[in-house]
Amino acid sequence: MKPRFWVPAVALAGLIVLFAIGLTRDPSKIPSPLIDQPAPAFDLPVLSGGRLVSESLKGQPVLVNFWASWCTPCLQEHPLLMELARSGVKIVGLNYKDEPQVAQQWLDRHGNPFALIAQDRDGRVGLDWGVYGVPETFVLDAGGLIRHKHIGPLTRQAWQDEVSVLLK
Amino acid sequence: MIPELGHIALILALGVAVLQAALPLYGLRRGDARAIAAGRSAAMTQFALVLFAYICLSLAFAYSDFSVVYVAANSHSDLPLMYRLSAVWGAHEGSLLLWVLMLSGWTLAVSLFNRNLPANITALVLAILGIVSVGFLLFMLGTSNPFDRHFPIPTEGRDLNPLLQDPGLIIHPPMLYMGYVGFSVAFAFAISALLSGRLDTAWARWTRPWTTAAWMFLTLGITLGSWWAYHELGWGGWWFWDPVENASFMPWLVGTALIHSLAVTEKRGLLKSWTVLLAILAFALSLLGTFLVRSGVLVSVHAFATDPARGVFILIFLSLVIGSALTLYAWRAAALSSKGELDFLSREGLLLFNNVFLVTAAAAVLLGTLYPLAIEALNLGKLSVGPPYFNSVFVPLTAPLLVFVGLAASVPWKRGKLRETLRAIRVPAVAALVAGTALPYLMHDSWSWAAVAGAVLALWAMVTAWQEVARRIRSRASVPRAIWGMSLAHFGLGVFVLGITQVSNFGAERDVRLAPGGTSALGAFEFQLAEVNQYRGPNFDADVGTVVVRKNGQTITTLHPEKRLYRAQQNVMTEAAVDHTLLRDIYVALGEPFDNGDWGLRLYYRPMMRLVWLGGVLAFLGGLLAISDRRYRLAQAAERSREAAATAVA
Repeated sequence: MKPRFWVPAVALAGLIVLFAIGLTRDPSKIPSPLIDQPAPAFDLPVLSGGRLVSESLKGQPVLVNFWASWCTPCLQEHPLLMELARSGVKIVGLNYKDEPQVAQQWLDRHGNPFALIAQDRDGRVGLDWGVYGVPETFVLDAGGLIRHKHIGPLTRQAWQDEVSVLLK
Repeated sequence: MIPELGHIALILALGVAVLQAALPLYGLRRGDARAIAAGRSAAMTQFALVLFAYICLSLAFAYSDFSVVYVAANSHSDLPLMYRLSAVWGAHEGSLLLWVLMLSGWTLAVSLFNRNLPANITALVLAILGIVSVGFLLFMLGTSNPFDRHFPIPTEGRDLNPLLQDPGLIIHPPMLYMGYVGFSVAFAFAISALLSGRLDTAWARWTRPWTTAAWMFLTLGITLGSWWAYHELGWGGWWFWDPVENASFMPWLVGTALIHSLAVTEKRGLLKSWTVLLAILAFALSLLGTFLVRSGVLVSVHAFATDPARGVFILIFLSLVIGSALTLYAWRAAALSSKGELDFLSREGLLLFNNVFLVTAAAAVLLGTLYPLAIEALNLGKLSVGPPYFNSVFVPLTAPLLVFVGLAASVPWKRGKLRETLRAIRVPAVAALVAGTALPYLMHDSWSWAAVAGAVLALWAMVTAWQEVARRIRSRASVPRAIWGMSLAHFGLGVFVLGITQVSNFGAERDVRLAPGGTSALGAFEFQLAEVNQYRGPNFDADVGTVVVRKNGQTITTLHPEKRLYRAQQNVMTEAAVDHTLLRDIYVALGEPFDNGDWGLRLYYRPMMRLVWLGGVLAFLGGLLAISDRRYRLAQAAERSREAAATAVA
């Protein structure tokens, strides 16, 4: 047994440790440059009529959820959003690249957790907010600053560990 | 019902794979000839079962059975049948099934073509392939069953990822997997050599055609992937040093090194333990590729389906298989090391240099691919290592390889003479220098060191590739197919390098904004956006531009770049339009529309772009020629009778 023949096995062991650490990381946690910045301004039509100006979101903490009726993972987080809405969390929906009628039908069928729904039909506001895809959820504080961004369906664990603490 | 049958077939295949792994090993230990032979029937049964499962999944796609989760996630009733069938490998679960199908196919091929090998070697190889197969079947059944059902049944599927709805993508993944999986055979031969202690010229000769076969599929797979990216991504690029591309490129580099070290082991009986190590590494990197793509450890444009649970499984599997292989290597390799002189100016000496450079290049790619991961593991943030690193590291490492490839063809085995070598390379060297210096002038009327150096090296490889053939014809010797194959592959390498040199030195591109009717110039070419129309495809809506390309007032071609909105996933895809000759590509991609009716267009001029892929295809054909050489079959028959005689005497 010569030591030099052990080199490949030792190198492999090092790589495995590296990968094992890598696996504990969440690839969806891409840092957003908007954290602790004011939310990008918008002025959008509201699904039920009227307009929503981003300024009016100030005053209390709010969740801003980008969703669409064509998005399957949105359905996955939907029960949790419904539950949060019932417990008094204010959620504003940004209906992303969607048809108003289809979006309304979707809400009629599955329930509406949103206090207000703004229509981002061409996805331009999503672009300003750095949305990679739907669903994404932003946490805004009372001063209108973005405090957190969650990519993908909101999970109970993410809600408890990362989001709920910011709303208190 | 059909999905359940497929599921059952997979479970049975797992049982058979366990038998295929266990029976031959038991038979070897007990000297039980029937158990030794059982590996072969197990291999056939396993292939039949996996093929059956594969057909079941294809049927579920063909009939759009959306009760199957995997079908609902990756198909749509508007999707053309061709894409529904190729959607089988459009995501993780089905890719894995295709992977296992190929593994059992390679195993079957080993059991059929290796009839003439000693029974105990075949038994060991089949047992090791059986172990690998058990791992993959467990992986599939445990974490990623393609036959899972769900309720309620969706009325419509979510459609195949639009990026994958392209003819290039129908054959790219299967070819790539054929290559990855094919290295499992070389791996199994390497382990059987370590276990049996038998590593001689005959062993190298058995392993060579399998390695070449895997390599040529990998070559074609990578080439097709590059061609697809060029067409479909709309960036006019053909290689991005993306982690997933690197994952396929690393086994290719090590596999190429393995082919060359196997040649040395066969002809000269040298580099034995090194060859075994390369065979283990080639397969390890194939598994690593799977891990990187499927686990989500690295963020990449290719990460279609990522799941940490799967990552954990592959990581454990990788540690077990490769960890035990390398431990076995550490323990037994010393016994294999060969004593022998190795002269620098000899073919084996140059092949050793080839190996050093190829393996260093693979290590450099590995470093660049894993560096972001290491940085993140150390909590230093997220970053990505891009083309600047890879290009600056890779070019100096590969340029000497091109010098060696020409020298090696001119130097004999054992010991070359400097004077004779210089005489042999005089003509090709001068020809390459003259033509390579002239080429940039002739093509583009301009000059740069990089362009000339690249062209000289490329032409040097292309000319010297035929030295061996020429020498044999001159001395009226026969030219076996293996030699034709080798020459063609090396010629392909030169063609490839010539393409890269031209594209990277003389390519031009321009982003323009044009109103319908407007024109823009790029080099000698004038582009006019005639109009933009809409049309409705089977599962997408498209804007299609009409771009007229003129040179010196003459219309060369009319191109129709598209921008497609796939309805089910609301994804926008670019379909670039390309006009190509061997000497140049003209490439137009449709960008974004502006409010006033203008359109963004990206225009590219890519000289000799086709040569990049032509080189890959030539290398593939070279591999095909080489493995069809009669030598491998004849030698096997001869060994068989010799072994039989030896056993009879004993």
